[in-house]
Amino acid sequence: MADLSIEFAGIKAPNPFWLASAPPTDKQYNVERAFEAGWGGVVWKTLGEDPAPVNVSSRYSAMYGPNGDVIGFNNIELITDRPLEVNLREIEETKRNWPDRALIVSLMVPCEEEAWKMIVKLVEQTGADGLELNFGCPHGMPERGMGAAVGQVPEYVEMVTRWCKQYCNMPVMVKMTPNVTDVRFPARAAFKGGADAVSLINTVNSITGLNLDQMVARPTVGSQSTHGGMCGPAVKPIALNMLAEIARDPETHGKLLCGIGGISTWRDAAEFISLGATSVQVCTAAMLHGFRIVEGMKDGLSRWMDEKGFARIEDFRGLAVANTTDWKYLDMNFKSVAEIDQDKCINCGRCHIACEDTSHQAIDKQLLADGTNRYTVKEEDCVGCNLCEITCPVDDCITMVAQDTGLPYMNWTQDPRNPFRE
Amino acid sequence: MIEPLKHLGTTQVQPEKLDAGFSDIAPPLSKRQAALESERCLYCYDAPCVNACPSDIDIPEFIRQIAQDNVDGAAKTIWSENILGGSCARVCPTEILCEQACVRNKAEECAPVLIGQLQRYATDNADKSAHPFQRAQASGKRVAIVGAGPAGLAAAHRLAMLGHDVVIHEAQPKSGGLNEYGIARYKMTNDFAQKEVEFLLGIGGIEIVHNSALGRDITLDQLKNDHDAVFLAIGLGSTRTLALGHEDAPGVMPAVDYIRELRSTNDLNTLPVPESAVIIGAGNTAIDMAVQIKRLGAEEVHLVYRRGEEAMSATDHEQALARDEGVQIRTWARPETIELDNSGKVAGMRFVRTTLDESGKLVDTDRSFSLNAQAIFKAIGQVMITEDLDPAIEISGGKLLVDEQLRTTLAGVYAGGDCTGTGQDLTVEAVQQGKKAAESIHQDLMAAGDK
Repeated sequence: MADLSIEFAGIKAPNPFWLASAPPTDKQYNVERAFEAGWGGVVWKTLGEDPAPVNVSSRYSAMYGPNGDVIGFNNIELITDRPLEVNLREIEETKRNWPDRALIVSLMVPCEEEAWKMIVKLVEQTGADGLELNFGCPHGMPERGMGAAVGQVPEYVEMVTRWCKQYCNMPVMVKMTPNVTDVRFPARAAFKGGADAVSLINTVNSITGLNLDQMVARPTVGSQSTHGGMCGPAVKPIALNMLAEIARDPETHGKLLCGIGGISTWRDAAEFISLGATSVQVCTAAMLHGFRIVEGMKDGLSRWMDEKGFARIEDFRGLAVANTTDWKYLDMNFKSVAEIDQDKCINCGRCHIACEDTSHQAIDKQLLADGTNRYTVKEEDCVGCNLCEITCPVDDCITMVAQDTGLPYMNWTQDPRNPFRE
Repeated sequence: MIEPLKHLGTTQVQPEKLDAGFSDIAPPLSKRQAALESERCLYCYDAPCVNACPSDIDIPEFIRQIAQDNVDGAAKTIWSENILGGSCARVCPTEILCEQACVRNKAEECAPVLIGQLQRYATDNADKSAHPFQRAQASGKRVAIVGAGPAGLAAAHRLAMLGHDVVIHEAQPKSGGLNEYGIARYKMTNDFAQKEVEFLLGIGGIEIVHNSALGRDITLDQLKNDHDAVFLAIGLGSTRTLALGHEDAPGVMPAVDYIRELRSTNDLNTLPVPESAVIIGAGNTAIDMAVQIKRLGAEEVHLVYRRGEEAMSATDHEQALARDEGVQIRTWARPETIELDNSGKVAGMRFVRTTLDESGKLVDTDRSFSLNAQAIFKAIGQVMITEDLDPAIEISGGKLLVDEQLRTTLAGVYAGGDCTGTGQDLTVEAVQQGKKAAESIHQDLMAAGDK
């Protein structure tokens, strides 16, 4: 079996599956249950200064898929609402009980040097393995000048990171907020401040939906609501892109990355690792199903690695980064055409109406003598957009077939049709 | 009272078991079940299910409306093509119509979307406090309809919607036709047929005269004279005979007559139930009869058909229902004689084994057998009573000849439903023909008005 163990900024963990800083990691009780279930590490729910914040009642809401499955999960909870001393004591005890697991502590205090200096020293004394700076929380805390309010200003990111590195000897990871226009700037700032790694993404500003009878968004506190932070499968595409942006940015290329954002399956994890992450953090999937999900994630990932011949995580980490490029470097001469496997076609007509109404009118509908319809691709009109393949409900019924054009690679910078050709 | 069986005892089945046997055969979907099932629909374009639906219901659309928690909208989508969508949801042989065509039957898919059940969910749960359709401006035209079965009711509703006034003459004391009198009790429970008629009449402009039979209480001439058009939805009146001796002996009766009583009675314990029964026939009525008499406590029930299983018009689903109930299906056997006991009551039936000869013709063999039976139920189809009609209406194959616009050969007289020769005599086809006839009548009346 493949070796899932990793080393992350000197922190060893038996597998790359960590629990993200969130309710599942708020207490020793939860964290020890997670370790018993097999998680490789946790990021303890964000500690702050005393007095601890107070949470409201009604805290989560969700965006649901067609079968009632949660595809987006939104929360308006603040950082830990337990006293600092209690958390520190439990962190120390948990680390002592589970020396082989990664135990990282998430932190968020006001943007003052003294405050950061004090808390990092307190955490260091617990024996925890590292720090994660929460510059990402998008709700509640930014109103107090913390969380995303810091993460959105690269200068603050750099400054606070530097303080943390200055006042402790632990590895420091900076958690990125996705609520920025270009994630590369805060990431560069973190590394400039001395960060050992960045983790991303934190939650995305969101309103998941409304109660149309009461004209108020969810979660509803009394008669009001506020925007929350969304995570879960719906944010995975945003996270993958931001991870790739940092991984392929010349200024941060090769830096240590921790992937977060809607990871629910081993395949999700493999994707984040392929785009450069060394470890991944999970929250929503565990909150919906319990800690037991890690078993299937570990098993699935190691079987896939065996199948692909990857002995260690490092063997495939980042392999997809080089294939992720700017649009202008894509091959203008590449051509693919949809092909419909008539034996698999169930005659639902979705490909036809999608192409006919909204794309290139490249799928013909022909009424057969038996009263059924036959759908065929007009190759000359097909631009290879994938829409039909996407709307087809049958696996491998519509495939996009690469055509041999006989033409060499030519990107937009080389294309004679580009008026601004270099 | 069921005269031919009055010498027999009543059911011995325990009340709870009897209740269970005649309660809803397919319990309705819950909200959660409907939500999950509706999400299985692929919202096909030019959908095979719609093409398979005789009444043209936009199935993907109403299922999508259910998925979006718009039950009232879903029901209106159904009713706009099929105002009897509630009963069709219960009695349609979906296994040979929409659900057979569902793309989810194909390889790698598991099972069709439960279209019938979803249709029932929508029509049952929609808000019916206000009728969903409005009448057009009054046309001043009056249309007479004979028969308040599915075809007559569907035509009446559409005509009323188009602004015409409608009078329906119904020979029976209740409306609904076979929905009221001819469907297995467990397929339509809780007086549903009456409730649906009530809902349909909510549009206004429809008067129903009960106990008013053509030829007895009214004549076609009268109707023609007093109205701008006449729609005949008279169904099929009488059961075919076996053409054997003793057919009027105590113990022999048409299945439809027994089923009518079974549906009408408030107390199943009053029905005469034979210990052994033979049902002659191969259609859904034969199955309904066999299953119901078994559930009423008949020990031994044989359904006998002169051809093979593949020629039976009852669907596989219906045949399986009968077998599961313990009904013995005997094929390739032709009724030969009705056997009587010393007091002249039915005691059994003798059959000749049949086969196909080289030319494919059904012929007798020299083998025969007998079955014990205290009752023989005939379910060999019905024939139309034509004597009360105008000779100018052409009959073809024992049924009224109509053109594509549902016009008979007599001007101003239209026909639809089982009394015409089109289709397989399904409720849903009757509804469609009623609706189409209404549209033809409307067109013809409006064209005439323009002149």
